[in-house]
Amino acid sequence: MSKSVGASCKPKGMRLKIESKRKERQFNTISGEPVKDIYTPKDVGELDYDRDLGQPGKFPYTRGVYDTMYRGQLWTMRQFSGFASAKESNERYHYLLNHGQTGLSVAFDMPTIMGYDSDHPRSQGEVGRCGVAISSLADMEVLFDGIPLDKVSTSMTINGPAAMLWAFYICVGEKQGVPSRELRGTIQNDILKEYIAQKSWIFPPQPSMRIITDIMAYAADHVPKWNTISISGYHIREAGSTAAQELAFTLADGFAYVEAGMAAGMDVDVFAPRLSFFFNSHLDFFEEIAKYRAARRIWAKRMKEKYKAKDPRSLLMRFHTQTAGCSLTAQQPENNIVRTAFEALAAVLGGTQSLHTNSMDETHALPSAKAAKIALRTQQIIAYESGAANTIDPLAGSYFVESLTNKLEAQAEEYFEKIEALGGVVKAIEKGFFQREIANAAYRYQKNIEESKQIIVGVNDFVEGDESIDIPILSIDSEIEEEQVKRVKKLKSERDNGAVKATLEELRRAAESTDNVIPCILNATRAYATLGEICDVLRGVFGLYREPPIF
Amino acid sequence: MAQKIRVLVAKPGLDGHDRGAKVIAAALRDAGMEVIYTGLHQTPEMVVEAALQEDVDVIGLSILSGAHMTVFPRVMSLLNEKGLDNVLLTGGGIIPQKDMDALERMGVGKLFGPGTPTTEIIEYIRSSVAH
Repeated sequence: MSKSVGASCKPKGMRLKIESKRKERQFNTISGEPVKDIYTPKDVGELDYDRDLGQPGKFPYTRGVYDTMYRGQLWTMRQFSGFASAKESNERYHYLLNHGQTGLSVAFDMPTIMGYDSDHPRSQGEVGRCGVAISSLADMEVLFDGIPLDKVSTSMTINGPAAMLWAFYICVGEKQGVPSRELRGTIQNDILKEYIAQKSWIFPPQPSMRIITDIMAYAADHVPKWNTISISGYHIREAGSTAAQELAFTLADGFAYVEAGMAAGMDVDVFAPRLSFFFNSHLDFFEEIAKYRAARRIWAKRMKEKYKAKDPRSLLMRFHTQTAGCSLTAQQPENNIVRTAFEALAAVLGGTQSLHTNSMDETHALPSAKAAKIALRTQQIIAYESGAANTIDPLAGSYFVESLTNKLEAQAEEYFEKIEALGGVVKAIEKGFFQREIANAAYRYQKNIEESKQIIVGVNDFVEGDESIDIPILSIDSEIEEEQVKRVKKLKSERDNGAVKATLEELRRAAESTDNVIPCILNATRAYATLGEICDVLRGVFGLYREPPIF
Repeated sequence: MAQKIRVLVAKPGLDGHDRGAKVIAAALRDAGMEVIYTGLHQTPEMVVEAALQEDVDVIGLSILSGAHMTVFPRVMSLLNEKGLDNVLLTGGGIIPQKDMDALERMGVGKLFGPGTPTTEIIEYIRSSVAH
């Protein structure tokens, strides 16, 4: 039987071709780090259990941030979604919650992300395309219609205008009768990685950092259960970085926020417990697991030793993970289900607190409902069928994993020194350091694929000729934009424009002083000032950021 | 030696995903082309103005935000207005096949999705631009 399969299905030419590619195969991680054929106790010679690993929930938290981890509570299955108008997205949220999702995660469209209203000329063609369009509190009320904000936790991927969307959310809570002290969730609010990788900024770095410290201070007093910054490596990795760069640049950003908070006069233990992280999970299984373990250890050590944090919660690196969008292929898209499953498993074995699994169709369009459901089911299979969540940090003590963990930590430390020498994160951004490092890594990776040093199934090997895509592709109706533009125009004509003007003027004065801007943004929100109007006031005071184009 | 092919790599619209644009820019440069990269957040007007100023043979637009059905036709019509209809307009990004087909029917050049080898794009540009 096997003989006939070999003879009939694999023409000799094809077998030779595959063998020749495999001969050139290099034993490197996906980040290009060489991997030895075997790891032994010699590779982890100086590992000290209590000093370097510790029990879960104990310093330095290498094995996990909580003592019971998934035995106590599984990770939050948090699928990122949002598209079209607030109404369509609201329906998708109800759909996901009804299928067992346990937290919400909002994707906004590009105009919202850039602080423009849907009716702004620059928004044309982009309204509701890659996320949901939210121009004011009125849209936010629709987005969370029928979703009790005291029962769900909500993550919002928003950075430049994070303060405004957060204010919209707090005001929806007010309308539902949920006090801000009860709200749980996260705003991404990580502007440093925007300059480094994701490139969705509004203001220059200095005033952006001031708004962030205003948010941290306001949250400590009024929204204590909110995660004020989700310090994100995800986009750094998607932009093409290596695992070590993702780890190092993300943590460097985290330390920069800590230093900014302390420089603004806050005690580190007032705001640090509300900082959380967001990592990518790429295809290299063990490298990813080691990355999460190294991240926890580096954070805990620096927070304790350098920043003198006393509250144990300040030392905990809690993080969300999303599987790598950049690892998915347009070719044979069903294979992406498998890639995503491996990546998700790595995140779980690395001890993530919440997880988003990508849908198979994301290299073609936003996810269809069916693709999104399979992605969620993938997590449920890992949680309830695979056994991976039965014990904590099961790969601890593996010579390979511990050695990789140590190596990634050392590589991150090297980067911290380089960044320090450049004058810190903001200076390094202004010098284009991160941008160049990432662009070079991305180009190297692409070259490795084209030279078949890195095999991508269906792309540069195991290719099917005349492939046709037979999965459903979501399309966004262009009428969505027209309707949303009408909604915003209608709001602007019907609200009390005197109140809008007065609250925006108050905001301008606060921005020009050193007062906290958040109460003024909340007042403008309550008067139904729009996102674009609020951002325009701050653009007037702070100016705009421009990046020099380098490649 | 033949004159170098001049390419404008542009990121129109609001999306900041510039990995693809930068990789393509570097690959075209290494293939011996003269590459001008606009940087982010360009309007169609800015792209066409840059094409005119830089006297390019090719414009490559990178769009991952879903705005392709607005941006490509707009750039196309501005090119025609300025008498730049000899410039090859191509590009890539997250663009569903049926939209690629529709844009090609409107006269836009070939569009490329994720996973396309840069060599394929280099070949396409070389064969389309006759010097």
